[in-house]
Amino acid sequence: MSISQDYTDYIAWDRLPHMWCPGCGNGIALKGLALALAKQGIPRHKVLMATGIGCSGRAGSYVSFHSFDGTHGRTIAFCTGINVAQPDLKIVAFLGDGDCGAIGGNHLLHAARRNNDLTVLEINNFTYGMTGGQFSPTTPAHSFSSTSKHGKVDYGMDMCYLVAEAGANYVASTTVYHTAQLNKFINEAISTRGFSFVEIASPCPTYYGRHNNLRSAPEMMEWFKERALPKEKYDELTIEEKQKYIMRGRLVQRDREDFLTMYMNELNNE
Amino acid sequence: MSKFFVEGNVASALGAIKAGARFFAGYPISPASELAEYCSQEMPKVGGIYMQMEDEIASMAAVIGASLGGMKAFTATSGPGMSLMQENIGYASMVEAPCVIINVQRFGLSTGVATSPGQSDIMQARWGRHGDQSIIALTPSSVQGCFDLTVEAFNLAERFSSPVMVLFEASIAHLRERINILESEELHLIERKKPDVSPEDYKPYKPDERGVPRLSYYGSEHILKTTGLVHTETGNISSDARVCAALVERLERKIEDYQDELPPPKYYGTKDAETVLVSFGISSRAAREAVYRANLAGISAGLIELQTVWPFPEKAIAQYLSKALRVIVVEMNRGQVTREIERVVSRNLVDPLLRTDTNIFYPHDILDKIKEVHDI
Ligand SMILES: Cc1ncc(C[n+]2csc(CCOP(=O)(O)OP(=O)(O)O)c2C)c(N)n1
Ligand code: SF4
Repeated sequence: MSISQDYTDYIAWDRLPHMWCPGCGNGIALKGLALALAKQGIPRHKVLMATGIGCSGRAGSYVSFHSFDGTHGRTIAFCTGINVAQPDLKIVAFLGDGDCGAIGGNHLLHAARRNNDLTVLEINNFTYGMTGGQFSPTTPAHSFSSTSKHGKVDYGMDMCYLVAEAGANYVASTTVYHTAQLNKFINEAISTRGFSFVEIASPCPTYYGRHNNLRSAPEMMEWFKERALPKEKYDELTIEEKQKYIMRGRLVQRDREDFLTMYMNELNNE
Repeated sequence: MSKFFVEGNVASALGAIKAGARFFAGYPISPASELAEYCSQEMPKVGGIYMQMEDEIASMAAVIGASLGGMKAFTATSGPGMSLMQENIGYASMVEAPCVIINVQRFGLSTGVATSPGQSDIMQARWGRHGDQSIIALTPSSVQGCFDLTVEAFNLAERFSSPVMVLFEASIAHLRERINILESEELHLIERKKPDVSPEDYKPYKPDERGVPRLSYYGSEHILKTTGLVHTETGNISSDARVCAALVERLERKIEDYQDELPPPKYYGTKDAETVLVSFGISSRAAREAVYRANLAGISAGLIELQTVWPFPEKAIAQYLSKALRVIVVEMNRGQVTREIERVVSRNLVDPLLRTDTNIFYPHDILDKIKEVHDI
């Protein structure tokens, strides 16, 4: 297969129109990935889109390359096995915050710990989109959802710090409003050998927005514009204040040996 | 060929490696841990990988992932881990990923007795997942059987593009016997069929004449799309009524219609016996001896030893039982195979010998039962 230079080559145009609501951020994140793949000229058959279950999980239908649609929360664990069988394959997991933060949280931590060579793009819409807008682990305290009608009674989880501590080689966070930064981070993530993670704040006007007085996509984009702080500023906030803001920036960029490299080295050193 | 003096767990791991498995993912659990330990030691020597995952859900997922990457892969666990694996085994059935799951059965429900044997996961193997599907499950009754039927399990997984289970008990897992190990070159090994069209024309889920797709692998120029949602031949999702009906039917029939390719039951003792025992695994060893002693005492008795428990070999069993006046099902559970036998022959003929006290059967237990039904 020839090397693709145009991001449109990675999109399965015959599968469109997509099922996402108007104003949903999934498409912007997907385009960011396609742009990064084109920039690096990765042949289509050398990349895999691995999705979880959720609105974001439909992304695999819209790509022209390999796709894997797993069971809810387990996609990263499946990717671990795929990586062992196909070490040269670029594996990109495109997961919801519920999928990779709640039901799949343990797999996320352990794949980061083992530093398996894969990229996780967490599409953080602060809610369970597919099932009708229930709160998720990243939903900020006090915000409303279809299962927190009186305000959410626990704190939103900081996924990036968690993954960084667990051992990932690359961790960054931004929003779909900040597209230049988004495209850059995705590009850096997929160029990283080892575990890379990008948290992408993304609008769900249909549920998160509707429940929290951000009824339209533009309103949600305004919200991201105001509430996303560069990492240095965000780090100065108290835990309570952080619930109202989103972090923008790179937490980790390092070059620890990934799982397979370490496995092979360990054996050769015997 | 070489002779080994090993336990069932090791024999099964050896079977997997000789069958070409190059990936093991698992999570420690009694009485299956020795299998993982052996793989961690031996896999690297054959260029394979051992991975200890964070739990059994992840283990099953990683095995399926490796299989979709083109490798032969397997896992081993016991009751609690088996329960955790169910959702992803259903996924493997749906995406038709060849893989092998070894269930070293321990005693009881929940945590049970971790180090004692059991035979009570038979129905779980068949019906543990949501939704209709067929599954293949094999039940060796010796250490040699652990080797042979694990090799067979890999062949069947590749042949049917399906998960295949091997169930043996803690007692065989830890029993040491002298066995013959064949090298890969000496074994008849089956590999999955490769795509036979160009990448442009390729549809990953287009079945061949036997209902089995020719799966490519991630990284191949033949683009692979897998999903646990109902999908068309292209691998793209669909909720069309006809697509749903055809897929569910094919997934069942691709196995059920070819049952005669699965390891058949073995028969011991008097031909067309009056009293026929049905058993499997560790229990059938004692049953074999009991039938032998009964025959010496002039009693007309035989034994059907299951090698394949799912799909249940109804036809073969019905034939063996056509002349039987009494059927004794010998199993260490509350009657899981007994219910299947009652579907095949009249309930009135069936008199089970069940045991759920952590102990295995002894030949004299079974001989007593044979004598009892013969009124001797
Ligand atoms: C084991 C299991 N539990 C629950 C569900 C139902 N379910 C489908 S999608 C989903 C959550 C989706 O939320 P998220 O992962 O954040 O993705 P989004 O839809 O927001 O993109 C849930 C709970 C499921 N499919 N499987
Ligand atoms: S419900 Fe929300 S996340 Fe799902 S497609 Fe609509 S906007 Fe996107």
